[in-house]
Amino acid sequence: MDYPDSFDVIVVGGGHAGTEASAAAARCGARTLLLTQNIETIGQMSCNPAIGGIGKSHLVAEIDALDGIMARATDRAGIHFKTLNASKGPAVRATRAQADRALYRSAVRDLLERQEGLQIFQQSVVDFVLEGDRVAGVVTEMGLTFRAQAVVLTTGTFLGGKIHVGQEQRAGGRAGDAPSIALAERLRGLPMRVGRLKTGTPPRIDGRTVDFSHLERQPGDDPRPTMSVHGSPKEHPRQVDCHLTRTNKTTHAIINDNLHLSAMYSGAIEGVGPRYCPSIEDKVVRFCEKESHQIFIEPEGLCTTELYPNGISTSLPFDVQLQFVRSIEGFEKAHISRPGYAIEYDYFDPRDLSYSLETKAIEGLFFAGQINGTTGYEEAGAQGLLAGLNAARKVAGALPWEPRRDEAYIGVLIDDLIQLGTNEPYRMFTSRAEYRLRLRQDNADQRLTPLGHEMGLVSSERFGAFEQRRQSLFALKDTLAGRRLTPTDPLVAILGIELKKEATLLDLLKRPETIANVFAEALAGQVDEDNLALLPQLAIETKYEGYIKRQDKEIERIRRHEQLRLPLDLRYDEIEGLSSELKQKLKGNQPESLARAARIPGMTPAALSILLVHAKRKGRAMNQHERPG
Amino acid sequence: MDFDTIVAVATPPGQGGVGIIRLSGPEARALGEDLTGANLSPRRAIYSEVRIDEEIVDQGIALYFPGPRSFTGEDVVELQLHGSPAVLHYVLDVCCRRGARIARPGEFSERAYLNDKMDLAQAEAVLDLIASGSQAAARAAARSLQGAFSARVHDLASGVERIRILIEASIDFPEEEEDFLGEYGVAEDLARLCEDLEDLIDASAQGRVLNDGISVALLGSPNAGKSSLLNRLSGEQTAIVTDVPGTTRDLLKVDLVLKGVPVRLVDTAGLRVTQDPVEREGVRRAQAEAERADLVLLLVDATAEDADEQFSALKSQLGSGVNEATMLNLLNKSDLVSRRQYNAHYLSAKTGEGVEALVELIHKRVGITREATEFTARKRHVEALILAQEHLRASRAGLGSQGLELLAEDLRLGHEALGEIVGRVTPDDLLGRIFSEFCIGK
Repeated sequence: MDYPDSFDVIVVGGGHAGTEASAAAARCGARTLLLTQNIETIGQMSCNPAIGGIGKSHLVAEIDALDGIMARATDRAGIHFKTLNASKGPAVRATRAQADRALYRSAVRDLLERQEGLQIFQQSVVDFVLEGDRVAGVVTEMGLTFRAQAVVLTTGTFLGGKIHVGQEQRAGGRAGDAPSIALAERLRGLPMRVGRLKTGTPPRIDGRTVDFSHLERQPGDDPRPTMSVHGSPKEHPRQVDCHLTRTNKTTHAIINDNLHLSAMYSGAIEGVGPRYCPSIEDKVVRFCEKESHQIFIEPEGLCTTELYPNGISTSLPFDVQLQFVRSIEGFEKAHISRPGYAIEYDYFDPRDLSYSLETKAIEGLFFAGQINGTTGYEEAGAQGLLAGLNAARKVAGALPWEPRRDEAYIGVLIDDLIQLGTNEPYRMFTSRAEYRLRLRQDNADQRLTPLGHEMGLVSSERFGAFEQRRQSLFALKDTLAGRRLTPTDPLVAILGIELKKEATLLDLLKRPETIANVFAEALAGQVDEDNLALLPQLAIETKYEGYIKRQDKEIERIRRHEQLRLPLDLRYDEIEGLSSELKQKLKGNQPESLARAARIPGMTPAALSILLVHAKRKGRAMNQHERPG
Repeated sequence: MDFDTIVAVATPPGQGGVGIIRLSGPEARALGEDLTGANLSPRRAIYSEVRIDEEIVDQGIALYFPGPRSFTGEDVVELQLHGSPAVLHYVLDVCCRRGARIARPGEFSERAYLNDKMDLAQAEAVLDLIASGSQAAARAAARSLQGAFSARVHDLASGVERIRILIEASIDFPEEEEDFLGEYGVAEDLARLCEDLEDLIDASAQGRVLNDGISVALLGSPNAGKSSLLNRLSGEQTAIVTDVPGTTRDLLKVDLVLKGVPVRLVDTAGLRVTQDPVEREGVRRAQAEAERADLVLLLVDATAEDADEQFSALKSQLGSGVNEATMLNLLNKSDLVSRRQYNAHYLSAKTGEGVEALVELIHKRVGITREATEFTARKRHVEALILAQEHLRASRAGLGSQGLELLAEDLRLGHEALGEIVGRVTPDDLLGRIFSEFCIGK
């Protein structure tokens, strides 16, 4: 039957991409339906129970700045918070939280259920409704047809999912859940390039069978950071510790002896795994000179004794898993509650998407998350938000938002994927962002909240809070710029700095040796208390100012090139003066602008000139591409 | 479009009594007035001295064409100076130091086209100019990169890469057990790199490590008259000319100046399949020489019945390493034939007929254009090195007092500047190196 109500946007999948996508579409005013195989697993963390980390919490901060779910849910479910890189510069500082899986799921579900304009329905999707090259809805397992103008597909590892434990294989989207076979077959029929990737998880262990007495305890940070800029430690549930143990020579010997039984090493797996998240088999083989590898023991939640031993993901048979786990200190009597496994799944070459995450082949069909070759909740959530937003914008007749590399990590993520594709599960790192000094966690709201508000993605309430914060920052800056110090001023001694000639407090804040805390202490009582709380952020901005100004020129040039659109029907084969290698790359990429063409590896200035002249000759370049914001 | 100011010598190198420097872009007028000390008024020729740091370096005519009524559609200034290459290069240098950038091949025309100063029919010509110019520039750049210079820039780049790998790894993977920086002496390495860079800049600016001129290989069927042609071109008796096939066993290199352009002409052994070890060595060297050359002249006797087959035979003897686009077919002894039936350049080394035309052809084929000379290729390299130096010095200055992320930023910019010469290293390349070298990941 046809479901009687029609929707603007349908989101398929209730993982991290799907939840952000459906919430974002609904926030923009689209009538949205979230279809999931199982309502109970909405917001499920399939891998390790942690959100954030370096590069990743930057994405979470951006989702948060656009009023998304992930950061808020983490503050409600986080049971262990840490600031990473605390001793390094603010641009590369990050936050990570261990989350209680059950609390996280319920926080996500709660946030979704409170979202106006969003309906949830439990049923597997098996097919699309297509009208020509346009998507018009989806068909579920029981034959229900839901109609919508845009569909966002966020099927994670479920497409053609295959689980490997040792020599045994079975179809599965995640341990305990069925894969989406029918949908995978339907999608393989579309004119899009498809590949296989793999990822793995470690065996889970019952904490009651672990001897912690000799293990290193790792407490969370105090004071505790929050994930959302508007979050508070008061929201956090009870906090618990993590622990550290390590593999040893015996562990490695057991693994080496049974290598031929590992799904990865026996050739049963065709998919490519991530280099930065190797299985324990990989670590033992590739870095055989290391006698020991560390294992972070992470709690699964407050109401369970289950533990996640992070660092020993494996596709060895269960008996070998048990054997090597029990060779590890603290795990001598461990009971494994769930075996570790490797999972292989289909992904679609993201180069077949446009920057809005809409597929080039089917109008109105958007892809987000692991289906695009990424890994990680944060990467998925960021794409979900973008796809949901752009699906809603498309239905409303608005141009898509295509964040640039200098605006957001989301921009870096999207640009890397669409420009270069990926042949391993793609993960964010700060070193991927050439403008990382400006793409900080602390200024994510300044970068994105106003734009999000303009696009209808950010509530007035949140925008109000942001405005207030921004005004305080301006006020603080004015105060500091207005306060002049002479070398004999008593404040100079209190600040513990050397001053040779008159300077303002703002000037002093720029100095590398200035520490914001000392500054704040010295100024207590002299400056408005609420504003003073923002001193660390002002210090960051003033310290980076010179570097950021230097980048401005480069960014300005790239923006101009971004506005030079290349016609999509340029026949690269027929353009003389381009090397055949470049022609191939251009054909594979179909860059939409000169700036994007410029980022193709091997591109030369002369080739860009040639493209420009050709584009102009077609009379279609130079049209300013309008973007929101 | 870039809205920066570009500059180039607009006259062919090594020719004429006047050398024109052309500037286009928003800073053109200011730069022109700076150099001449005169007020430039639109479309009026002004006779002026050119002064740099108070010193008179030349005298000439300055012309100012405000955009959009100019060749490129932007503000254009032309300085017509005395054609001494040294002076022109010096002035160019000063323009670059004051904010202009050396124009890419065909860039003036490109801007003209993009600013609607040319019609559609001219577009093809612009494309040709860019393509041929950039090929010549690429060859020029490759030439100037040979040997020592290239090796030293590569060394520098990998030194910077080494530091970046360790710094990026310690930023992105702080929870790993590896102490990436550990005992590693960033300060010592940076100091050494800065020193090397300074040496290299000095050497490059003086042209000590860069090759000059274009190289032309001459190959021919035995007895086609290679040595005679060589002698005709050089005007001296440099090669032994005999009638015994395969006489010229060794490679004979002659440095010539053909119409103002330095050319290294390499005469090669006749390429015959032979058992003679000496001659085989000659053949091998000839092939290597042909692969390196900007242009390979294939010489066949015009009186031969099977000239076409002889050309094909020569080509196949050259091996697959030689790009066909660099080959030029020549038929010698044009004075002995009446009919010119082959698609090749006819000449006579004996009478001199067609030799002048050959020189022009060489210029054209090698792409000696106004903008793509050895000098500009080298100039771009030096520019890139100086930029790299600026960033590496900044990173050194900040060591200790600045955070790791700022050190990383300066190193990234320095690395990118070197990448202009030796090829860019992408973030993914760096990550790949980190993952292959260190055991990363939970």
